[in-house]
Amino acid sequence: MTLKQYFKDIFTGVKSLATGMRVTGGYFLRHHKEKITEQYPDNRDKLVLAERFRGEVVMTHDDNNEHACTGCTACELACPNGTIKIITKFDMTPEGKKKKALDTFIYHLELCTMCNLCVEACPTSAITMAPTFEHSVFDRSQLIKKLNKPGSKIREGVE
Amino acid sequence: MYRETDIIQTIPGTDEMVINVGPQHPSTHGVLHLVITIDGETVKKVEPHLGYIHRSIEKMCESLSYRQFIYTTSRMDYLSAHINNHACALAVEQAMGIEVPLRAQYIRVVMDELTRIASHCLWWGSVAMDCGAVTPFFLAFREREMINTIMEETCGARLTMNYMVPGGVMFDLHPNFQRDTKTFLAHFRSKIDEYDELVTGNIIFQNRLKGTGYISKADAISYGCTGPTARGSGVSCDVRKWYPYEVYQQVQFDEILETAGDSFARYLVRLAELRQSISIIEQLIDEIPAGEFQAKTKAVLKPPKGEFYSRVETARGELGVYIVSEGGTTPYRIKFRSPGFSNLSALDHMVRGQKIGDLVAIMGTLDLVIPDIDR
Repeated sequence: MTLKQYFKDIFTGVKSLATGMRVTGGYFLRHHKEKITEQYPDNRDKLVLAERFRGEVVMTHDDNNEHACTGCTACELACPNGTIKIITKFDMTPEGKKKKALDTFIYHLELCTMCNLCVEACPTSAITMAPTFEHSVFDRSQLIKKLNKPGSKIREGVE
Repeated sequence: MYRETDIIQTIPGTDEMVINVGPQHPSTHGVLHLVITIDGETVKKVEPHLGYIHRSIEKMCESLSYRQFIYTTSRMDYLSAHINNHACALAVEQAMGIEVPLRAQYIRVVMDELTRIASHCLWWGSVAMDCGAVTPFFLAFREREMINTIMEETCGARLTMNYMVPGGVMFDLHPNFQRDTKTFLAHFRSKIDEYDELVTGNIIFQNRLKGTGYISKADAISYGCTGPTARGSGVSCDVRKWYPYEVYQQVQFDEILETAGDSFARYLVRLAELRQSISIIEQLIDEIPAGEFQAKTKAVLKPPKGEFYSRVETARGELGVYIVSEGGTTPYRIKFRSPGFSNLSALDHMVRGQKIGDLVAIMGTLDLVIPDIDR
């Protein structure tokens, strides 16, 4: 290596470092104007989650405490992890016939991977995904949820 | 005799020493266990030990239906989850003979390229961190966060989307998708130049990567390398060019080839691919046709008896999905040909004779995702 080449290498090396330093230096000078990272519990009030965000499965109930689940177990079959367990019962219709109805909709949040296949499979759109994410509890058994509210019944006209 | 559980062992009669890197080592980017034989500072042999994150995904798939098994592939190469789902959806569609609507094809390709940008961004940050620079990691995550927000809005998830289903995509695009994506691309174009300024031209970074981790074209082919790892050695292997799927035939893009074959060539390939991905999305984003986003399919998919194979180009290389169907509701056998496994097998060849300090930098340019290797 010639002496000329040696000094040229030093010069280009220092120049490349200065170029990089200009980028970081630029951020150093204007970092108070553009804030990128936010600390989680501090930004909790203004945290906006997308409406499609898949946090957990919920069953929608209307004002009369009625849901749209017929207990057809399509979601139970669609689930890859065995997250959903549906217990059905037989209701008496006014005509005196037996009719299958939902008794308990058990949802294991601890097994769920939020793949949305159950919501896709539901023929009556009884279940949806809710944009919640703060699921931590002290005991695993608290994650097993009953989705139909107590005393709820199926909405009129949903077959 | 040395035992495998010892942290450092010496080989009697030689100056060689055996050390373990990993499985809990921050620079292996996961639970990869490397058993390295060194002579002083020089690496003599590298032996990857796998199995620390084996979840038997292939076996699991045999008990899941053709709709259900797709979500497990998001957990293989989690940085290109969309593209993994895409490969499985393609295989099932091929088996069932499902025609995918044109709108769904456009959406899929745009999503694939966005995933590729996100994956390469993360790689760029981590390879710079492997060489000792911490700042690039934060800059790369800033851009990746914008993609994650776009994904969250349309797909409902940030990492494991499960958005590609047999017959199309799960939801239609969010009304804001096109606007947000264009905003991101305009922002990202200026940021790549910043990436170049900060890292590519940096003399320390160049000296760390140039001339290390060399693999010739013939060796890259014989080790089965694909993706940017092989293209850095001049092997033309882009599945999007050679076996176009969906609408890749209609878009104009270049297959990036470098002939140097060293770590820096692989770096340049990935950085150039970011620019190509931007150009692909820009060509498609305004052209997304109206129509159905999902073809009408039966509730239970029962492909005919036979074998089906599909291949896509993920951010790391070629992913192949091989399905053997017996005509039932669940596959008889599923095999994934993951790019990371083949690329890792070339690591020994690349590192032999190099200094131990270069091992981490070379491994960084391979862009390994360990769950993809173990499955």
